[in-house]
Amino acid sequence: MIQLLDVRKVFNAGRPNQFVAVDGITLSIEPCRITALKGPSGSGKTTLLSMIGCMARPTSGRITVMNREVTSLPERFLTEVRRKTFGFVFQQFNLIKGITVLENVMLPAYPSGERHATLRRRASALLDLFDLSQKASARVEWLSGGEAQRTAIARALINDPSVIIADEPTGNLDSKLSQEFMEILRRLRENDKTVLVSSHDPIVFNSSVVERVICLRDGRIDGNGGC
Amino acid sequence: MQTWIQRQKNMIEFTLSSLLRRKRKNVALVTVYTLVVFLLASVIFFTYAIKREASLVLEGSPDMIVQRLIAGRQDPIPLSHLDKIKQIRGVRSAGSRLWGYYYDPVVGANYTLMVSGESPAEGSITVGQGIARTRLLDVGDEMEFKAHDGVIFNLSVQGIFSAKSELVSSDLLLISESDFRKLFGLPRSHATDLILQVGNPREQVTIAEKIAALLPDTRIILKEELLRTYDTIFDWRGGLMLVILFGALLAFIIFAWDKASGLSVEEKRETGILKAVGWETSDVILLKFWEGMVISLTSFLAGLVLAYVHIFFTSAVFFEPVLKGWSVLYPKFRLIPFINPYQIVTLFFLTVVPYTVATIIPSWRASTIDPDSVMRGS
Repeated sequence: MIQLLDVRKVFNAGRPNQFVAVDGITLSIEPCRITALKGPSGSGKTTLLSMIGCMARPTSGRITVMNREVTSLPERFLTEVRRKTFGFVFQQFNLIKGITVLENVMLPAYPSGERHATLRRRASALLDLFDLSQKASARVEWLSGGEAQRTAIARALINDPSVIIADEPTGNLDSKLSQEFMEILRRLRENDKTVLVSSHDPIVFNSSVVERVICLRDGRIDGNGGC
Repeated sequence: MQTWIQRQKNMIEFTLSSLLRRKRKNVALVTVYTLVVFLLASVIFFTYAIKREASLVLEGSPDMIVQRLIAGRQDPIPLSHLDKIKQIRGVRSAGSRLWGYYYDPVVGANYTLMVSGESPAEGSITVGQGIARTRLLDVGDEMEFKAHDGVIFNLSVQGIFSAKSELVSSDLLLISESDFRKLFGLPRSHATDLILQVGNPREQVTIAEKIAALLPDTRIILKEELLRTYDTIFDWRGGLMLVILFGALLAFIIFAWDKASGLSVEEKRETGILKAVGWETSDVILLKFWEGMVISLTSFLAGLVLAYVHIFFTSAVFFEPVLKGWSVLYPKFRLIPFINPYQIVTLFFLTVVPYTVATIIPSWRASTIDPDSVMRGS
């Protein structure tokens, strides 16, 4: 479903501070599976996720998503693929302050031109799924860590993407909330979502929920595609 | 089409929410913007309304006025000229007028004295509201006049013009013919000027030329020339104000550009998040466009309404000294609302469009934030 062929990402190419973040990775991500990217800081996890999620372009190599080559797509089409195919959960949650939980969840779908009432219903259903219905009209500044995390996941699902990308999702959570998060991932997988998680948290990559762990070091896969 | 409309509605919804989140900054912006529109619209409304009033008043004025000139200054005209003028073909009617100015040293004001069909009997006068107010006159009171030969005589106030006509009658004083001639020493053979009505308006210029040839010591004033003079006076005054205010508008546009260029850290972060969750650059620009439009339209409408109230309900209280003129006798009046849609459109293009452009160009730069930066938490 997601194929990477000899993907490289070089920052500041040709300059003295040139840095190779991803160095020739070839990889296939199976659909409807939970895959974890494991590795120390600077191993290229976030860069790899950015490129898979169509947020950044590789310096060289090819990436195919759902049999569609995305590496050379113009920005407009790349954004469309990003919006329809991927949902993102960030380490910092990155919710917009000053607006409600419901509005934050609806945000990714505004540019689609969907009817507001329909959008609102779908967002409310997602909040209901994550036990956040009572917080729908609350400002995100008032949420606890777990509630903010669940809001971020609900936002990631508003466009019904087939792939969820979570970058260090448990970085700001305690153990209990981290376990709850993994349980949510399991439910997503049961709903035929493909999940890609990057983490150096053992709760994540040692979880029984994770079906494949890919080790990264210095921008390369460490070992033979798994560890 | 439906999708496009719904997209705009969604964007406007988020725009309003964005604006409310930065209340202090946006309230300040709207206040200043509204003030600029208010000032510009007030000048435009006032100038147009007063020109319209003048043109309505002048509708009843004669087609032609003939005045005698000596050494370039107006002098009383012999009534014998009237007989000659009446002989000219095309002149429907001709008559004489008695009017003049009287300086009242008591209050330092000039009054316009006139003899008309509605003049009171000998020994009485009818005065305007401005005169009554300044001299504290009421019906029955007496007012002192000093004639051309130094003789003092009193005239009794028989009536005061109504407040409704104050715009044109504030400094007006109606007097009988005999009292007028006694006051100014004007002989019965002369009048102040002559007035004509012409049957065919297209013949006005030809008749004027004939009179000028027949009576070389006269000047002929056409009604349309009078109207043009009023237009010019108020256009000049209005233009003076507008030139000053355009400086204020330009300063505001520069301020708006500067504000839009320097997005706060929070705004940049938000833009990055929007890009990261799937908004295109064009979506972000659209959001900024609607932000600009909401502020512009709100300020424009508020400024327009306030200007309307200022001019038509408070009689342009802030602009009195500049636009009404310099006089001891300020007329108190309420202008009839006359609004030209063309002026509203012009004002719209002079305020809303420049502001929107001034904010959207810097916003484009901000909207090209790399979504990848959000992943990295930078």
